[in-house]
Amino acid sequence: MKQTLLIDGKMVRVEKGAAVIDAARKLGISIPTLCHHEALKPYGACRLCVVEVTKGGRTRLVTSCNYPSEEGLEVRTDTPAVRRSRRLTLEILIARCPDVPALQEMGRRMGISAARFRLQGSGQCILCGLCVRACDELVGAQAIALGERGIEKKVATPFNSPTTACIGCGSCTYICPTGCIEMMPEGTEMVLRTTGHTLEKCMNNYQCASCDVNNTFVHEMKKAIADFRRER
Amino acid sequence: MTNKSAKEIQARIRLDAVRDAAGKRKAKYRHIVRVCNTGCRSRRSSMIVDALHDAVLARGIEKEVLIQPTGCHGFCEFGPVMVVEPQGFFYGKVTAADVPEIVSETLIDGNPVKRLLWTDPDSGREVLLERDIPFYHRQQKLVSRKCGSIDPTSIEDYLAEGGYRALEKALFEMRPQEVIEQVESSGLRGRGGGGFPVGRKWRSCRQAEGLVKYVIANGDEGDPGAFMDRCLMEGDPHSILEGMIIGAYAIGAHEGFLYVRDEYPLAVEHLSIAIGQAEQHGLLGEEILGSQFNFTVSINRGAGAFVCGESTALMNSLEGKMGEPRAKYIHTVESGLWGRPSNLNNVETWANVPLIINEGPQWFRDIGTNGSKGTKIFSVVGKVNNPGLVEVPMGTTLREIIFDIGGGITPGSQFKAVQTGGPSGGCLPASRLDMSVDFDLLSDAGSMMGSGGMIVMDERTCMVDLARYYIGFLISESCGKCVPCREGLAQMNEILTGICKGQAHEQDIDTLQELALFMRDASLCGLGQTAPNPVLSTLRYFRSEYEACASASVGRTRCG
Repeated sequence: MKQTLLIDGKMVRVEKGAAVIDAARKLGISIPTLCHHEALKPYGACRLCVVEVTKGGRTRLVTSCNYPSEEGLEVRTDTPAVRRSRRLTLEILIARCPDVPALQEMGRRMGISAARFRLQGSGQCILCGLCVRACDELVGAQAIALGERGIEKKVATPFNSPTTACIGCGSCTYICPTGCIEMMPEGTEMVLRTTGHTLEKCMNNYQCASCDVNNTFVHEMKKAIADFRRER
Repeated sequence: MTNKSAKEIQARIRLDAVRDAAGKRKAKYRHIVRVCNTGCRSRRSSMIVDALHDAVLARGIEKEVLIQPTGCHGFCEFGPVMVVEPQGFFYGKVTAADVPEIVSETLIDGNPVKRLLWTDPDSGREVLLERDIPFYHRQQKLVSRKCGSIDPTSIEDYLAEGGYRALEKALFEMRPQEVIEQVESSGLRGRGGGGFPVGRKWRSCRQAEGLVKYVIANGDEGDPGAFMDRCLMEGDPHSILEGMIIGAYAIGAHEGFLYVRDEYPLAVEHLSIAIGQAEQHGLLGEEILGSQFNFTVSINRGAGAFVCGESTALMNSLEGKMGEPRAKYIHTVESGLWGRPSNLNNVETWANVPLIINEGPQWFRDIGTNGSKGTKIFSVVGKVNNPGLVEVPMGTTLREIIFDIGGGITPGSQFKAVQTGGPSGGCLPASRLDMSVDFDLLSDAGSMMGSGGMIVMDERTCMVDLARYYIGFLISESCGKCVPCREGLAQMNEILTGICKGQAHEQDIDTLQELALFMRDASLCGLGQTAPNPVLSTLRYFRSEYEACASASVGRTRCG
């Protein structure tokens, strides 16, 4: 069933329940995000994609990546409240990862110059969870996960132990927006730079039925990784 | 008469027989000695129970005395507490060494042991009965009324007190919609913090599409200083189960989950016993009381994450996933546990349900304020003379709770602020003492009802340091999924620590406020959205303390 909604004054018709961010993209309105990927389920963690929605006379900030479209919904993607929220989100993210080019570029576009917040570290992981979700939802390997909680949260292998679940496909590396999760070939093994763990490659050399099915995917991914590395 | 109703009748006759037998068994005893053996365990009440058994055996009166371990009486300051029937003498600060005297003086001679009675600090007079102590005067114990009077491990006790009558009424005299209508018109609002109308939630869940639905009881109470839910789970577990069964019948659910934090081993134990007993008596399982309604309940123990008290994180945890919240744009009553319609209520909410069904919605509506009906249990702790658990009608003022019931501020100190609602709540100053406890009034004042924690502070507490404490608590409890909560809390902590140490810049207080408002609007779940409340409320009422700390030189602040 199609629904009509109003985004920045423009009408758009989308399937009921479609994410607002997708409806906006249909209109050519770009909304920044760091944790959303069209191949993955919405996650709603980076909060950069916030927009204002008005429903029943009440206006509030919601994340457009997982807010379902509904008939008559009014959306504004560029209001003072939206800009303020995105800006602060980015400011505290930059305090966490000051050296990540993707964040710096986004910051330049939003006009963030001086750092207001104390640096929390110098890492590259923004905890968008894309790698973990790609490994789970696309590859089905579940070789990596988010461990710990709060400010200690990190991408890790289960129980921080070497894992045999990794098939070395490189999806995580490919999807990472900050270049944080790099796989380093070491001899015949792969090392996950983020955690320093050796990811044992498939003991069956990708010969099982499940991998045959995904063979093209694995090859494409490997090629993409090679390109990705060359670009840097 | 159809076969089905014959089954029902038989089941109900059997239940009444259990009630009768339990009542008669109790009537045989000359004395009943009730000892709080849940909260008071922390002061070795188990040893009192053992000593009582030994002493009555030694005096050969074991057939005349029923020794009954009960749940919490609420008057924790006076614990371990004991009530000796039939006189009703109320003893406190009892130790095992007092037992021989209690047995000879009270059980055999019928006299009170004066030194164990509560003494009025004003008049110096001893008070014989529990109800005559001012601590109980303004209380209205409804939900927690059985906690101090029944043995929580005995379903017979619960049945003898009229337990499971509400379930019978709901199952056999009401249609599910009628149950929902009654709960709706009672005005009951969720006791876990949000205060959402319970009946409306049930109705949405009943109307949601799907054959499989779940009901969930949230017993993951984790606010510092809060133990209301603990008291109910430990002291009257059947009331929660009865509420859940009635709710499941109304909603059309056949499976329920009790999510209890594992730090409450006694709650887990008593609930497990209660579930086993309810199953034995045909109150859980297939064809409950001979009806066609099936319902089972299982316990899930929380592994110690505060965030799992948030409904969607709790559901993730139940599913075996990480305890991370999910977006609630589609409500959990439509898509909750395993994507199915799920109705989650706090344990205190569930325990209110049998009361409403038994006494009727009008009775319930007559208690409380316009927007908040019924009673609320609070755990009053901190710098009060009588810390403990109190149940008061909604609309009672903070002053009544803290000064009349709580006995005022500890000697030599003055009231400064009361923190309500736990880490999601806020601090209210003396100027708000005459405010009534009410969901909406508390929110308007910048705090919240929360689950009912109430921490009283005197003038020695630095409010900036207090805000820093709560932010510190939340840093270790934030799941870390969304940026505003994870990074925002860390940055707030930096600023607060700077202010406390006298290393702050002028604009830091404004930045703190900006961050707090941002987190409130941009965080993913209730934890992050309410996490800045301790900061916002102290900024609102005690801004001068922030300014004084910020302008002090290094090492000169009160909280350093």
